[in-house]
Formats: sequence, structure tokens, C-alpha cells
Amino acid sequence: MNKTPFSKIKNATQIFFEELIHPSPSQKSRRGLGGQAVLIPLLAIFTGLVIGAIFIISTSEEVYAGFGKSFAAGLAASWNSVASAYSALFTGSIGDPSTIVAALKSGDSLAIKKAFNPILESLVAANPYIFASLGVALGFRAGVFNIGAEGQLYMGAIFSVFVGYSITGLSPWIHIPLAMGAGALGGAVWGFVPGWLKAKTGGHEVINTIMMNYIAYNLSTWLLSGPMRRPGAYNPITANIQPSAILPNFFGPPTRLHLGIVIALVMAFLVYWLIFKTTWGFELRTVGSNPKAARYAGMNIVLVTIVGMTLSGALAGMGGANEVLGVNYNLALAFSSGYGFDSIALALLGKNNPIGVVLASLLYGTLRNGATNMQVVSGVPIYIVQVLQAIILAFIAAPAIIRTVYRLRAPKEGEETLSVRGWGGA
Amino acid sequence: MATTATIYHRGMLAASPRRQRIMGAAFLLFGVAIWLFFIRTVQNPNEVARYAMTLNYEAETKIPDWIVPVLPAMYICMGISFILGIYQIARGFKRWTNLALGLVVALFIFAFLTRETAGASISLAGIFYLTLSSAVTLTMAALSGIMSERAGVVNIAIEGMMLMGAMTAAFIGSVTHSLWIGLIAGIASGMLMAFIHGVLSIKYKTDQIISGTVINIFATGLTSYISTKFLQTYQYLNEPGVFEPIAIPGLVKIPFFGPIFFNNNICVYIMFVVLIVLQIALYNTRWGLRVRSVGEHPKAADTLGINVIRTRYMAVLLSGAMAGFAGSYFSIGSVGRFDNLMTGGRGFIGLAAMIFGNWNPLGGFGAGMLFGFADALGSKLTILGSDIPTQFLLMAPYIATMIVLAGVVGRTMAPAADGVPYEKE
Repeated sequence: MNKTPFSKIKNATQIFFEELIHPSPSQKSRRGLGGQAVLIPLLAIFTGLVIGAIFIISTSEEVYAGFGKSFAAGLAASWNSVASAYSALFTGSIGDPSTIVAALKSGDSLAIKKAFNPILESLVAANPYIFASLGVALGFRAGVFNIGAEGQLYMGAIFSVFVGYSITGLSPWIHIPLAMGAGALGGAVWGFVPGWLKAKTGGHEVINTIMMNYIAYNLSTWLLSGPMRRPGAYNPITANIQPSAILPNFFGPPTRLHLGIVIALVMAFLVYWLIFKTTWGFELRTVGSNPKAARYAGMNIVLVTIVGMTLSGALAGMGGANEVLGVNYNLALAFSSGYGFDSIALALLGKNNPIGVVLASLLYGTLRNGATNMQVVSGVPIYIVQVLQAIILAFIAAPAIIRTVYRLRAPKEGEETLSVRGWGGA
Repeated sequence: MATTATIYHRGMLAASPRRQRIMGAAFLLFGVAIWLFFIRTVQNPNEVARYAMTLNYEAETKIPDWIVPVLPAMYICMGISFILGIYQIARGFKRWTNLALGLVVALFIFAFLTRETAGASISLAGIFYLTLSSAVTLTMAALSGIMSERAGVVNIAIEGMMLMGAMTAAFIGSVTHSLWIGLIAGIASGMLMAFIHGVLSIKYKTDQIISGTVINIFATGLTSYISTKFLQTYQYLNEPGVFEPIAIPGLVKIPFFGPIFFNNNICVYIMFVVLIVLQIALYNTRWGLRVRSVGEHPKAADTLGINVIRTRYMAVLLSGAMAGFAGSYFSIGSVGRFDNLMTGGRGFIGLAAMIFGNWNPLGGFGAGMLFGFADALGSKLTILGSDIPTQFLLMAPYIATMIVLAGVVGRTMAPAADGVPYEKE
């Protein structure tokens, strides 16, 4: 046996596959459970897409016209409607393979950019979701249900756009962190209040954050129609931010992918490190999963709850800042298309694990971006994505349904269930 | 779970001397605020504010406009606030503290309104009419929440159920050309959503808040999808019309209140009937006792032979029916068509009204009227061209709810087993 690097790799691969095929008994049970942790979300997504297809079929006029003619024509029309919708979803979110190949062959840089633009746009769409759902996930880990990501996003956007347009003559090295930090601060303030109320008075954060959402929304409406309105503008919109506050674009127009995605991934790593690799993160998770044990262990529940909620808000606020500094360059009325609410579902979909959350956000950003194309090409309204999201989330939250449908074995050990504490807050 | 919170008794809390003084100081502050913000800003001391007291000038019962001299009225408001504040600090209102607080806030609002109306006129009757019409949905949403939470199932899906109700009522109402069938369909669609909520949270023991979130997202997506695909494309699918107002003979002739309360469409009357029936049923019948026992201590209820699961399903379905009705009122009770996201978060405000009203139907109605009033005031002041941004008025109910929730105005008490899935042992 010669010890070339190549054979080493080959050996390693072989060992890896052997491990995979013949796991030791103790590992088997662990992997079986871990396998379901991946399998169930995948099956949930698959089932969601199937139900979505049924949905598209049952609301398609062509299908009813087809069945009016003959059964076969109806089936064909059903297939066509689903195929056209889902293929439009695919080309809109990932890109059209033939266009990509043609563009690469031609070597024209603009054509290549255009061909790859759908997937870049998907990343742009996923970007705010990563921030916001990381925030929500962090909250869940600390045992608080942050429905207020939407309001925190608004506050983050307001703060960062203000720093973005009002301060002039700064270097981007200072201005961008400053504006991003302002966004985090805005969200943090909006997270701190319900966190403090929960820890000190027991007022449930679900209601408080919902209330804070509406307060933030009304506040932004007032600011945009009054103090922060662009001079001379008739519609409620702020001035554009200074060029020094704009998050740099990677590939230049027409693509829009900007530095925000890197910041988001760094934040995901930081959150991962914080909650799984630090003592404080351990406290946070203990308080979140078993407050009684945390109290007996002498952990400061009040502090953890407040800081957890504040950080959660800060992350959501960065999501708002990201949209302002990277995509819109200003703040207009109702700029959020429900990022905060969707991010709740995404945090749950990612099982409140930063890696899972990033993946879920990427999936949802992709779906959403593709859905725009789907609406144009096949006339299926973009809202189908929300229906899919709800169905997938329902299956994730109630895995027993998926197990029944696909005859999966229930895990022997108690699995991690998603839960939020009741109104009492105790 | 929430037992630690329930140890606080309302009477005890109100009697604490520190709280008594803080309240008294707050009353005085309101008085100072009236002087600072309203009295000092009056330019013309002889100005009057004109309040129109008649909704419809063709009606038989007309009352003359109420003409209020601005400055004296505000001095009176300030004076009463000061007197109440001093009494509160010296002796304390004891268990009437919240009532006194309500009175002071009302005086403050009246002073504010008078200041805004100075030199112009505003229809007081119109404000109350608008208040009622926006209170209908808020109250029904609150009742929906009360129904399900009294049985121990948290329902934050009211918003979604309302959207489904609104869309279905408009759609079915247009197709069948019958508002009644539309209304029934709207209620049924709310119940369908509630059934899903029930299956997820009762059968599969999913966390009830997550299950509610699922319903909200699902309903938002589904209604927007159908509305975009069909209702906006084909106008005839979205023209259900609205229920016509029915004047109740006799009662409608009561001055001022008659035209406001007794000349409405059938939905408003149904709301009042549901409100009264629910209030009596929950507190004065065997059925109500059972529902509440399931919400407070399901294990004890089960031991006594009450079917917890069935009671919870029934409560959630009834809750869905009420939310579906509230949604139907949006489309076929007032606007006459469905628009995407037309409920605009009223389901959540209804939830706030439920908490504000301490999980009690009449309390929920009171809170609904209060929030509706803020709403109505906001839209009337916009017409008046007030320099106070209406957004701040619209924020008021939310801030008030947070204050109530924080226990400043006395603790609210959620049913003890609210949000806890029941597992039979």
C-alpha cells in the first residue's frame, strides 16, 4: 500500500462510507433520531409542495375547462398548471439552466450577471429573513416568544435611515457600522421594553410585542409623514441615505447582492457561538428550557430574559437596517412585507438552531423570489408561498402528522417539542 | 402556572398606600397637563366649541347642538382632576380607584377634544356612531378570545379567522346573492380555521401560540391568494352588498342614544345578543361553570366527569364562529367588499381588549368601546385638521393595554390552565 495523499483521501472516504453503512449499535440509535430531525423538515417541505400543487390545480380555471371536455384533458391541464407554476418558481429563484449555459458560453459579463441574477436575488430576498429569524430564534432559546420582530425591524430601519441620511462626510468604514449599529440599537430598544416588562411585571411578551408592533408602525407613519419626510416630497418617504452608508454591492448592477448577506452569516455564526459555546449561552438555554432548574442553579433569570429579548430585538433591527442600507436606500411607508411575522415561522422551521434558521431563510427567500416570477408567468398569485409556509410549519410543529402519513416510527426518547409559556409568564 | 399572579387581590392592591399616592399624583398630573397643554394654548378666551348631538338632521328627534365655552370647560376639567387627586392622596378611593382613574382620563380627553374643536364644530353623535361600528368587530374578536381561553385554549388566530370570515362572506354572498348565506358561510369558515387550530393544539398538543401563528399565516396567504386570483379579477364575485340598517321602533326615538344604538344593521344587534348570552352563560349556567373549570383546572374537571377534550373543541369552534362573524361584519356588514388584509390587525386589538376586560365578556365590550373610541376620535380629528398627529391617538389603545398588562391598573387574571395542553393520565 503506497501512502500517497490520494490513497489517504480514498481511505478516508471508504471509512466514512463504512461508518455510514455499518454504524455501531450505540451510534445507530443516535443517528436514527438525528436522521428524523432532518427527514421530518424535508418531508414537511415535500408535503407542503404537494398540497400547494393540489391548491394550484383546484383554483385553476384551465383545469375546470379541461375536465369539462374530457377526463384526460383535465388531467393534462392539471399537470400543465402545476408544471408551469413550479418551473416558473424554479427559474425565477435559481435561474434558467439553458440561459446560464448560453451566457457562460458567450462570455459576456452582463449576460452572465443577468443569467445568475435570479439566484442572487434569492439571496437578497433571504437576507432580511436571516437577521429577523435569528432574532426570533434567539428569543425562543431564552424562553421568550418575540412576535415583535416586525416592530423591531421598523425601529431598526428608522434609526439606521436617520443615521444614514443625516450624517455627512464620513468614511464608509465608519458610516456603515454606525448605521448598522443604529439599526441594532433601534431594534434593541423595542426588544428591551417587552423583555423588561416580562421580567419585572410578568406582562406576557406576546401581547406586549404585538402592541409594540403597532406602536412602531404608527410611529413610523408619523415620522415619515412629518419630521423625517424628504424635503419637497409629497408621499411619505425619507431622503436617500448618503453614499457612504450604502452597503457595497458585490457584482454591480443589475445584480443587487450586497455586503448584508455576509454580515447576516457572521451574525448567524456569532449567535451559534454565543448560545452553544459560551457559559452565558448555556444559562440562556437553561432559562429558556427549564426556568425552575435555572432558578435552583442560581442563574439570574431576570437578566437573561431582558438581555435575551434585547439581543433578539437588535438582530431584528439589523434586518431592517439591512433593507434600508442595502436595497432601498431610503425608508418608505409600509416597507416591510411582513418580514417579522414570516421570521417566526422560519425560526421554528430551523428548530431555533442558527444553521437551521439560515437554511430555512434561504429556502423561504428563494421561494418568495421565485414566486414573483411565478405570478407573472403562470398567474399563480405570490401568496401561495405563505400558504406553503403555513402548511410546512404546521407539520414541523406537529410532527406526529408527518409520521402518520409516512408511517415513520416515533422516537423512543422524548423529542424536543416547540413550546412557548402561557399568558401567566411564570 | 399563573397562580403566583392570582394571589394579588384587586382590593388589596388598590389599598396599598404607595399605590394610592402614585395614583393620586397621576390624577394631579392629568390636571397639570390640561393646564399646560390646553388652557395655556387658548388664544381667544371667548371661543366656543360646538358639538353636534344629532346624527341625522332629517330624523324626527333633533336635539340642538351643544355649545361649550372652551376656557371655562377646561378649567372645570382641571379643577375636578385636582380635587379627585387631592382626595385620592389624602383618603384614597379604595376600590373605586379605577373608576376615578377612568373619570380623570375621560375629563382629560374631553378637554383635549374641546381644545381641538375650539372655534369649529364636531359631531359627537358621529364619533359615538363610529365608535360603535368599530367596537362591533373588536368586541366580537374579544368574545371569541374569551370563549376559547376560558376553556384553556389560547387563541391568537382570531386575526386569521376573521380574515377567512371576511373573505368567505364576501365571496359566497356575491355568488349566492344572499347576504344571509354569506354570513353563515363566513361563520362556517371561521369555524373551519378553529377546527384546524383545535386539531393541532388539542389533539396533537402543538403549542397553542405556534398553532395560532400557523392559522394566521395560512389565512393571510389563502385569502390574499383567492382574492388576487378571483375577487379582484372578476368584480361580480366581490359585490355582496351590505346589510341595511334596521330601526327598532320606539327605541330609536330616544334622544341622542336612539339613532346611535337602535338604527344599525342586524350584525350589531347580533353582537349585543351574543355578548349578553355569553356573559350569562359563562357565569350563571352549569355549562359556563364547566367551561371555566376546564380552563382553570382541567384535571379536577376531568375527575368530576367533564369531558375536557370535548369541552375544549366546542369552545374553540364557538370561538371560531364568533371570529368568523366578526370578519363577516367587515365585508358584508360595513364595507361591502373584500380587500386583501382588510382586518388590519383588529384581531390582535380584540385580543388586547380581551385582556383589558379581564377575560370577561362585559369587560371585553367596554374595552372594545374604548379602543373603538380612540379609532373614531382619530378619524374625526383628521377631518378636523388637527395639529396633533392622529398616529399618537391610534397608539393610545396599545400603550394602555401594555400599562394594564404591567399591572399598573390592577392585575388581570388569565384562566389558570390557559395555553396548557391537557394530557389525560
